[in-house]
Amino acid sequence: MAVGKEIRTQISSIKNTQKITSAMEMVAASKMKKAQDRMLASRPYCEKISNVIGHLAYAHSEFEHPYMNSSEKLQRIGIIIISSDRGLCGGLNTNLFRHILKQVVEYQAKDIKVDVCTIGKKATSFFKNSGLNVKSVLTNLGDVPHFDDLLGTVKVMLDGFDAGEVQQLSVAYNKFESTMTQAPTIMQLVPMVAGESDNMNHYWDYIYEPDAPEVLSALLVRYIEALVYQGLVENIACEQSSRMIAMKSATDNAGDMVKELELVYNKARQAAITQEISEIVSGAAAV
Amino acid sequence: MPTIHVDVVSATESLYSGEVLCVFAPASTGELGIYPKHTALLSTLKPGEVRIETDKGIESIYVSGGIVEVQPNVVTIFSDTAIRASDLDESKALEAKQRAQEAMENATESQDISATQAVLAESMAQLQMINKMRGKKG
Repeated sequence: MAVGKEIRTQISSIKNTQKITSAMEMVAASKMKKAQDRMLASRPYCEKISNVIGHLAYAHSEFEHPYMNSSEKLQRIGIIIISSDRGLCGGLNTNLFRHILKQVVEYQAKDIKVDVCTIGKKATSFFKNSGLNVKSVLTNLGDVPHFDDLLGTVKVMLDGFDAGEVQQLSVAYNKFESTMTQAPTIMQLVPMVAGESDNMNHYWDYIYEPDAPEVLSALLVRYIEALVYQGLVENIACEQSSRMIAMKSATDNAGDMVKELELVYNKARQAAITQEISEIVSGAAAV
Repeated sequence: MPTIHVDVVSATESLYSGEVLCVFAPASTGELGIYPKHTALLSTLKPGEVRIETDKGIESIYVSGGIVEVQPNVVTIFSDTAIRASDLDESKALEAKQRAQEAMENATESQDISATQAVLAESMAQLQMINKMRGKKG
């Protein structure tokens, strides 16, 4: 029967797509679990190093590191943008980019220029054409990023700060709140925002070995790298959970479409049968 | 016995956390022995072994550099890439050393040489640690 040939083809192609999306959903779900574990595993480092930075803010050091405190007027700021390498993860990247662009417009209104550093292919291709100055690029990190991969990228931005080209550095990423919600976040890295610390008001200072500038530089650079790394692993967890949800809704939608098309197909088939019968009947009556 | 709290963390995991009697860390100016009520101190670390003495025994963790923060009753060690010493993969260390040596032969710029020298020093320290661990067990 030739009835509804097109509809049947369409149904089978939708079913094939559905198979793909449901497979992707399952892959994303298993990757999400691992990504979340990695995110939790890297948290202690970040928390502890933030504590030390908090202590440092209360230590009465004779040496003041430029990262700790800077009163220079903002003329140009740097943003490290963390995105995913791959698409099909819902509005994750778009939401982040929109959030960043809003911020950038605010800066530009105040006559502050913006440099960006992009991590992930999506950010790279998006900001390449945005008219902002792209200082460095890092892509193809995969699902398990290595700390070492980041060092070069972060260094480029910190060198910019050291040289006085930028007066502020931030990192933008998706913060993992739960499997269902990811919040686009922009966090200031340098100059550092003093954290809270427990009761340490008495006069004290560290012994620095070998000397204060060297230890502090090493510590602060690690602190910044840790924050960027944390942002990166959180963003990956966000990417996987967002992809899982996007693929789940795609699978559901495909199911709905198949149902509707089957209804249309059956109606067409019935109409064809009815027509055939009435043709036979009227033919018989004529004889 | 007075104890001091020690945390050893790397960027990817927490390696040790607990109350200990004392801890030794490879500070860049020489090995540091830290007992409870040590004065506040911040130091960089060089590649080597962190030794933790508890009432249950001694535990050692390899660090490839990092930072140590000492507060009178808390010690925090930030390891750059700390792996448990017994997990160290000897062939990887050897490979890294080989690669470093190859690179040294081909390196032309001074920056490359200093970078590979650092890699070399690190893998040497890892090998030393493995040999030491092996001696203890065997």
